[in-house]
Amino acid sequence: MSKTTGTKGVSRRTLLKGTAGLAGLAAGSGAITGFPYVKSADAKVLRYLGTAVNEGDDISKQCLKDTGIKIEYITATTDDVTKRVMTQPNSFDVLDTEYFSLKKIVPSGNILALDAKKIKQFDNITPVFTKGETPGGKKIGGQGTAPWKVLYLEGKDSKKFATSATEFVTLIPTVYNADTLGIRPDLIKRPISSWSELLNPEFKGKASILNIPSIGIMDAAMVVEATGKYKYADKGNMTKEEIDLTMKVMTEAKKAGQFRAFWKDFNESVNLMASGETVIQSMWSPAVTKVRSMGIPCTFQPLKEGYRSWASGFCVSKGVSGAKLEWAYEFVNWFLSGYAGAYLNRQGYYSAVLSTAKAHMEPYEWAYWMEGKPAEKDIKAPDGSLLEKAGAVRDGGSYEDRMGGVACWNAVMDENDYMVRKWNEFIAA
Amino acid sequence: MSEEVLQQASPGLIPGSGTARAAKPTRLSPSFISWLQAGPMMLVFLAFFLIPLVFVVIVSFWDYNEYQLLPAFSGRGYTDTFEGCLAQLPDLCTIGKTYLKTLKLCFMVWAITLFIGFWVAYFLAFHVKSKTWQMGLSLLCTIPFWTSNVIRMIAWIPLLGRNGLVNSGLVKTGLINHPLEWLLFSEFSVVLALVHLFTFFMVVPIFNSMIRIDKSLIEAAYDAGATGFQTLVNVIIPLAKPGIVIGSIFVITIVMGDFITIGVMGGQQIAAAGKIIETRVNALQFPAAAANAVILLVITFLIITMMSRIVDIKKEL
Repeated sequence: MSKTTGTKGVSRRTLLKGTAGLAGLAAGSGAITGFPYVKSADAKVLRYLGTAVNEGDDISKQCLKDTGIKIEYITATTDDVTKRVMTQPNSFDVLDTEYFSLKKIVPSGNILALDAKKIKQFDNITPVFTKGETPGGKKIGGQGTAPWKVLYLEGKDSKKFATSATEFVTLIPTVYNADTLGIRPDLIKRPISSWSELLNPEFKGKASILNIPSIGIMDAAMVVEATGKYKYADKGNMTKEEIDLTMKVMTEAKKAGQFRAFWKDFNESVNLMASGETVIQSMWSPAVTKVRSMGIPCTFQPLKEGYRSWASGFCVSKGVSGAKLEWAYEFVNWFLSGYAGAYLNRQGYYSAVLSTAKAHMEPYEWAYWMEGKPAEKDIKAPDGSLLEKAGAVRDGGSYEDRMGGVACWNAVMDENDYMVRKWNEFIAA
Repeated sequence: MSEEVLQQASPGLIPGSGTARAAKPTRLSPSFISWLQAGPMMLVFLAFFLIPLVFVVIVSFWDYNEYQLLPAFSGRGYTDTFEGCLAQLPDLCTIGKTYLKTLKLCFMVWAITLFIGFWVAYFLAFHVKSKTWQMGLSLLCTIPFWTSNVIRMIAWIPLLGRNGLVNSGLVKTGLINHPLEWLLFSEFSVVLALVHLFTFFMVVPIFNSMIRIDKSLIEAAYDAGATGFQTLVNVIIPLAKPGIVIGSIFVITIVMGDFITIGVMGGQQIAAAGKIIETRVNALQFPAAAANAVILLVITFLIITMMSRIVDIKKEL
């Protein structure tokens, strides 16, 4: 199959699926009208499957400028990305996904591990990924699918995770963050310091949790542990009894009318919070920023039990080889070279290679986002819109404090199948 | 999906009719021509409905693990679904509760859309005399369909929310002291949104049946001394039955399988048969999802069969 038809085929499929939206449309029309890419046999095009986190027009434009590689985004939700890797492994080249889905993806044999020796900045990747500690030496909580547990494979075509460092890396780290509860300080009017507040009857009918089972169960476990009802050996890998217990606590709360709604996507969480339907809920960092940019007070509240963290990175489809594989390495190397890292840091995420991102940020930006210092100047988003006025301090403070405070990671449990059934029961209760 | 079917259907139809025209009519038997005419639609039906359906049924009896389908016979998709149904008696198990809720929502939406749809169609068919006005008003009914399904649904949220228009209006007029919580993320809001979305599917077939009722029948009833109510019950409703049943089938099949509206308007807290399938698919448990799809199909099929017992649609059409 020629490259041109291959590209078209994907665009058409993505359009039909309706998941790629404008990105797919742009890619599709580009394939038809943008003759240099169709005509030239050496057009460097990579089909990039991922969630919206790492994607941005600015990133793909800069990448084209710096490397000549044209990125075609195929955007989907976390679940749909995994589904696509399983069912259509030849429909993408580069995969951007979360570490917790590796437990499903790696055994399927549909991805190719990358060679650490070919990643220029690999040795500069933050020790969060390689050692499970912050650059300052703080030990990070390892419950759940922590990246360092699934970072290496035993061999090139191995389906087994290696216990010590090898050169075969499952996902080259790109972005990660520490999540917690979002609150409306103007409506709560008192300090919040524990996950247990999510089930406090004071917020009856005004709380929310996310309805993505693999992430929601982790938040639920943080809550259960904070209430002192139970202490898990590993929240990210519960036994059936532990799942039953967790869901029982949540079901009782649901029946008592604690939750206003559950949310499933970014915008739902923003709307719930901004409209005052909820005052406390599980949330993602950029969603908090979005609510705040609407002029509504919203805090990404640090809690004493710690954060629930997630991380994602790059690998390639098993169908990628030859020149295309070299472009993929070139792209990953470019991604870690600073521009993209700075872009992600400015949105409140963290980049995998801190040194290169720092070189692409203003000192006052670095001080605000990474060192937890009061902003010297107004803080702007990558698109130039105002995020925080001068003097503001980031919720949770510095990188050391936030990443050092991580208690657990998003996970796929051994009892995943049972957990999903129990989650359905919870919704039906 | 439906657009895809249409796209596939049209090229199929054109060559089909082309061959029929080009062939000499004397050499073709009438039954062959009928097959030829029905053929393209049949092929589309086979390719895009029957074959996928057979696959769904087959996959529903497969086993699975975290990352792949295991093509070995297994009833796990079904046994997992009905897990605890006997042990928890007399309490309902998950699947029982889910279907009870789905059927309840379905019944409420059906009853309300039927009531509203019937009277809108009645007004259009009998009270609006001019054809132009009938046409104009019918088109007016379609205006909500000019925006997407999702937008029509989401538009309710700022209206019904805790600080929404309705609540702030009621509080300001002093009718209530505290905002009404049940206006949004409740069964009420789900039913409201579904009625809003699907009443039109009731109006069209009922209107279509009513417009074909011979006006002289109504005059005859009037001349024979029937009251308006008697005419309605004994003449109009029986003659509009096919429209009522077709509209009901539309509404019931859509609501039984819906999970997006129930999810968004119910704040993801209300169980739906479609929702179970979605969760299973997202967890890559395809055989379990397929098993649930088969169960949903069987139940919906039973309802439709019962309804077509009431009216023989084929005969009426």
